Amino acid sequence: MGFWDVTLILWGGFQKTMLLFALTLVFSLPLGLVISFGSMSRFAPLRYLVKVIVWIVRGIPLMLQIFIIYYVPGILFQQPITERFNAAVIAFSINYACYFSEIFRGGIQSISRSQYEAGQVLGMTKSQVFFRVVLLQVVKRITAPMSNEVITLVKDTALARVIVVVEVLKEAELLASRGLLWPLFYTGAFYLLFVGILTLLFGYIEKRMSYFKA
Amino acid sequence: MAILEVQNLSKWFGSSEVLQDISFTLEKGRTLAVIGASGSGKTTLLRCLNFLERPNEGRILVRGEVLFDADERSRHNEQGIREKRLHFGLVFQSFNLFPQYTALQNVTLARRLMAKTRGEASREVLEGIRDQGLALLAQIGLEDKRDHYPHQLSGGQQQRVAIARALAMGPDILCFDEPTSALDPELTGEVLRVIRGLADGHTTMIIVTHEMEFARGVADEIMFMDEGVIIEYGPPATTLDNPSSERMRRFLERYC
Ligand SMILES: Nc1ncnc2c1ncn2[C@@H]1O[C@H](COP(=O)(O)OP(=O)(O)O)[C@@H](O)[C@H]1O
Ligand SMILES: [Mg+2]
Repeated sequence: MGFWDVTLILWGGFQKTMLLFALTLVFSLPLGLVISFGSMSRFAPLRYLVKVIVWIVRGIPLMLQIFIIYYVPGILFQQPITERFNAAVIAFSINYACYFSEIFRGGIQSISRSQYEAGQVLGMTKSQVFFRVVLLQVVKRITAPMSNEVITLVKDTALARVIVVVEVLKEAELLASRGLLWPLFYTGAFYLLFVGILTLLFGYIEKRMSYFKA
Repeated sequence: MAILEVQNLSKWFGSSEVLQDISFTLEKGRTLAVIGASGSGKTTLLRCLNFLERPNEGRILVRGEVLFDADERSRHNEQGIREKRLHFGLVFQSFNLFPQYTALQNVTLARRLMAKTRGEASREVLEGIRDQGLALLAQIGLEDKRDHYPHQLSGGQQQRVAIARALAMGPDILCFDEPTSALDPELTGEVLRVIRGLADGHTTMIIVTHEMEFARGVADEIMFMDEGVIIEYGPPATTLDNPSSERMRRFLERYC
């Protein structure tokens, strides 16, 4: 098999990688925000419940969570097993939402109370204070840690192959099992290129927000 | 009739009574300077007036209307408080401008949001808000800085913008919590000049300050607080020049 054929096969797998990556972000970002609110709730039982969930999700390997999401519903409820790709999206979304929630919480709590009070005494509603005063300052402060997590996610998607989601690394493994080893290393180029683009994107976001200090 | 009437206000933090039975009135267009040692409850008083703290006892009346009554718990829902606190404005010691907005945007943001909430955000209204913001920036002498972000302004300029931002909401009573304490000495003058200008224009103000000469010059009334209690209240000529209490005399010796 020639270089071009391998490239096409890996590209097919990498599309799945990128889809998993994109869907995970779409679900985990809002879910992470909701979880971060839960972890800051004034209602103590909710706060503790959320903290326990975050502890569990961050405390066990992501690979194990993928297995759990894939197999456990079937075992417990005699349901048909979740579709492989969907199971991966669910496991990744929950896992990353918990990591994001901690970044969000840190960012939100780093904004001084006086910013909220300045908005309040001007008659703003609580949601106006959050969305129009606090949020952009939070976004600016969490851009760097978020870029770390997002780049980690690109590479974590390779874990989905444990339930035979055929993403780029699984495609390369299939080729390797037929005796063609070099595509395994070639996959690195795909990851590097994608991470390079993300790095530029985050650099752009940071630059776009450099007009103010917070 | 007094524009502001505070009746028997008390505030507890845990087991310490930070404000004890505070009562006073302020006439419209007058300036009240609040002085007292650190920890005497000055900030807490301003925060109670601005609904940032909830007093445990007492009443607050503006133009005879009861804005706050500790005995009536039911009426203190969020929207109610939001409307009532607009009778007051508050200028913080540390300015607290919004860093992502320009000077002009800082001044106009709350008004624009309010127009939106009320569904009145037509083009004319928004332009009116912008014009008002520009006029306020001109009033504090910063119209040329309208597109500057807070970090591009000096501390004195930031505090002046914060004053304009508070004025934009048209409060009945404008409160200042040590507006020059966070400033380098050479920057206090420009802020005090703006406040003096407001006093000349008969803005009703309550100013917590350690600048005794400024207080003497600008205030119609002086309130001296100690450990949560009003010790003296009256025009500077009596309170500053002829204090009747030993505590006030000792305080003045230290500060003047
Ligand atoms: N949120 C709070 N919780 C507990 N104690 C407080 C709080 N805010 C202020 N205090 C206490 O109340 C007293 C008065 O504080 P403050 O009103 O800030 O005084 P001042 O402004 O005159 O220096 C101080 O003893 C202070 O420690
Ligand atoms: Mg104070």
